[in-house]
Amino acid sequence: MTTTPSESATREAAEALTGVETTARSIAESAHLPATGITGAQSLVRSLEAVGVDVVFGIPGGAILPAYDPLFDSRVRHVLVRHEQGAGHAATGYAQATGRVGVCMATSGPGATNLVTPLADAYMDSVPIVAITGQVPSAAIGTDAFQEADIRGITMPITKHNFLVTDPAEIPQRIAEAFHLAATGRPGPVLVDIPKDVLQARTDFAWPPRLDLPGYKPTTRPHGKQVREAAALIAGARRPVLYVGGGVLKASATAELAELAELTGAPVVTTLMARGAFPDSSPQHLGMPGMHGTVAAVTALQKADVLVALGARFDDRVTGQLSTFAPGALVVHADIDPAEIGKNRKADVPIVGDAKETIAELVTALRAEHEAGRRADLTAWWTQLDDWRDRYPLGYDWPEDGSLSPQYVIERLGAIAGPDAIYTSGVGQHQMWAAQFIRYEKPGTWLNSGGAGTMGYAVPAAMGAKYGCPDTTVWAIDGDGCFQMTNQELATCAIEGIPVKVAVINNGNLGMVRQWQTLFYEGRYSNTRLHARNADGTPKPVRIPDFVALAEALGCVGLRCESKDDVDAVIEKAMAITDAPVVIDFVVGADAQVWPMVAAGASNDDILAARDLRPVFGEDQV
Amino acid sequence: MTRHTLSVLVENKAGVLARVSALFSRRAFNIESLAVGPTENPDLSRMTIVVDAESAPLEQVTKQLNKLVEVIKIVELDGGAAVQRELLLVKVRAPLAERTTVLQTAELFRARVVDVNTDTVTLEATGTPDKLQALLAVLAPLGIKEMAQSGTVALGRGPRSMSGAGTLRPVDRTA
Repeated sequence: MTTTPSESATREAAEALTGVETTARSIAESAHLPATGITGAQSLVRSLEAVGVDVVFGIPGGAILPAYDPLFDSRVRHVLVRHEQGAGHAATGYAQATGRVGVCMATSGPGATNLVTPLADAYMDSVPIVAITGQVPSAAIGTDAFQEADIRGITMPITKHNFLVTDPAEIPQRIAEAFHLAATGRPGPVLVDIPKDVLQARTDFAWPPRLDLPGYKPTTRPHGKQVREAAALIAGARRPVLYVGGGVLKASATAELAELAELTGAPVVTTLMARGAFPDSSPQHLGMPGMHGTVAAVTALQKADVLVALGARFDDRVTGQLSTFAPGALVVHADIDPAEIGKNRKADVPIVGDAKETIAELVTALRAEHEAGRRADLTAWWTQLDDWRDRYPLGYDWPEDGSLSPQYVIERLGAIAGPDAIYTSGVGQHQMWAAQFIRYEKPGTWLNSGGAGTMGYAVPAAMGAKYGCPDTTVWAIDGDGCFQMTNQELATCAIEGIPVKVAVINNGNLGMVRQWQTLFYEGRYSNTRLHARNADGTPKPVRIPDFVALAEALGCVGLRCESKDDVDAVIEKAMAITDAPVVIDFVVGADAQVWPMVAAGASNDDILAARDLRPVFGEDQV
Repeated sequence: MTRHTLSVLVENKAGVLARVSALFSRRAFNIESLAVGPTENPDLSRMTIVVDAESAPLEQVTKQLNKLVEVIKIVELDGGAAVQRELLLVKVRAPLAERTTVLQTAELFRARVVDVNTDTVTLEATGTPDKLQALLAVLAPLGIKEMAQSGTVALGRGPRSMSGAGTLRPVDRTA
């Protein structure tokens, strides 16, 4: 074992970099030319060009300033955001929509710490982004210099890896390593911190650099024996469920998944991070599992005899109380990250590998099982599943006070914008409704903050997604609480020509927290009302903020909708505007709730289909 | 308590120790001791980590460690199949009347006197954690003024090494 980088590592790196390369092939070719006597900053920009970056979201400042000079002349485009958090989420949205590595840039100190939330978000959801931060000059590090923050130390637990570059000659290598690490294995965010003097110093540039990552060897090829064992288990299963997680999307394995689903005939559930990995229109699809999943999906997992977890990580929001989750199931757990296997739930058949290769090999192995005549009959299972699905479909009641139903708004938005649009969301009730009531048919059309639950994700992520997919309609479905966290990026969108559309589901409250206060805190609405109100708590007839006026102030078209009859028309009007960002203020009722629901920490067996409605599964069934 | 000794080869780079210790803290794994030092290869350092495996399954600890980009290889060193040592420096009260007792105790435990003055004797002892505990228990009634103890360092017995030919089997990267 030595640290000498091998030829094969370099070759692998070059292949991986091809994977992140973009439309900028011609840029990349010219960028590959060596250069001598250039600055570290020029070397950085040359490296970004060489690795195929087409856009950087960022904000300049003192320590990163040297990098912005060569960036001014580069064919790498820079989008000047209004807050570094916006840059980070934009990079994430770009990466999730395009499958390429997203890039953000910030200066030292507060610029860098403003990236902490999006880095943590990208880490939880395994999104490949690279953050480049300026650092105070090397000699000043550790002296509490102006705008100094130990961003490497701060981001160690929320990045896949991070670097502090101490020598300008290392810049091409560190950038190449950062992109390789971000994009390969289990993807994730990587931060490269570069002191100002390193950016200013003279250096040489050569490409491609040799990667020096002796401890980094992600396992992508699944073990054949494990795959065969899994296939045997699946073939014999009488109540199998394919439990599909975000890893299937990360691995671009949706075609393989469709084949596996067809071959097995088994029901499929897609987690919040995997919506779109399997078409909602398929009769095999039971919907989303978890805290706000469908009764059929949640219960199928509970009653399964074999769970086939593909790129999923048994998150607490899916399993509910872990000790009572899927008690009768044997688990096949396929994931590219060995540490996920057995972390929460024991795996009976663990498979470490890339989801695409793993599912493809599972298909082959399962065919062999079927050809050998081993195939369980799923008729009884489907009778059961269809019964649950028929008796407890997703649905919602109209608000009794005559206000607009938020679920209806989201349902209509999905129907009108259709399965080709990209939808991003914030976090809360609107997020759950968007996951429930929009029909996803294609990968990369549903972007949200699943693991971290980052309010404020929707608008900047939509900006990044729209930049990466300019010909696709991109809708941010946001709550009024979330929207007030990051709407400043609409100014960026207006000025930079990134015409996203935003549906603010405005219920005047932090809706999900309010729902919990209704259910678990006797309706004591402590600090969840966002609207202006009188001393007695009744709403004042004033809009603070007025989202239509706010949208217009930010250079967007502002629209408002307060009644059911106007919903389709206003959505269609927004769809017709393609040259500017649009914001629709949907003023909806405050008391709508997200159902079904498994209370936090409760068993999935105790799912409520609606308030006070406990499904009857029947003891004799299954 | 279930103790496991992990020998971890890591890249010799700034910040690796912080990364490893932060990982243990973040994942709520308990470290009994951690020792880090150079190896025969200047590019690598060796960490010897004694883990209290009741806080988390050892498998999860090693998998999380293996995810760190700068971790090259992890081997678990079992009690019998490895040599494990700690270093103890202990300053004991040793007025003339009791000095003989202190020196006899030192001899029994093969500890060396490394400093002496009219009031105290400083002893250096190496051994397994159990042996050092025993020594301290005997010295305690005499009056321990202060002490410093290293973490465990360990090497597997036999001709094989972690990095050379015929390497020790690493803790599985895969499940």
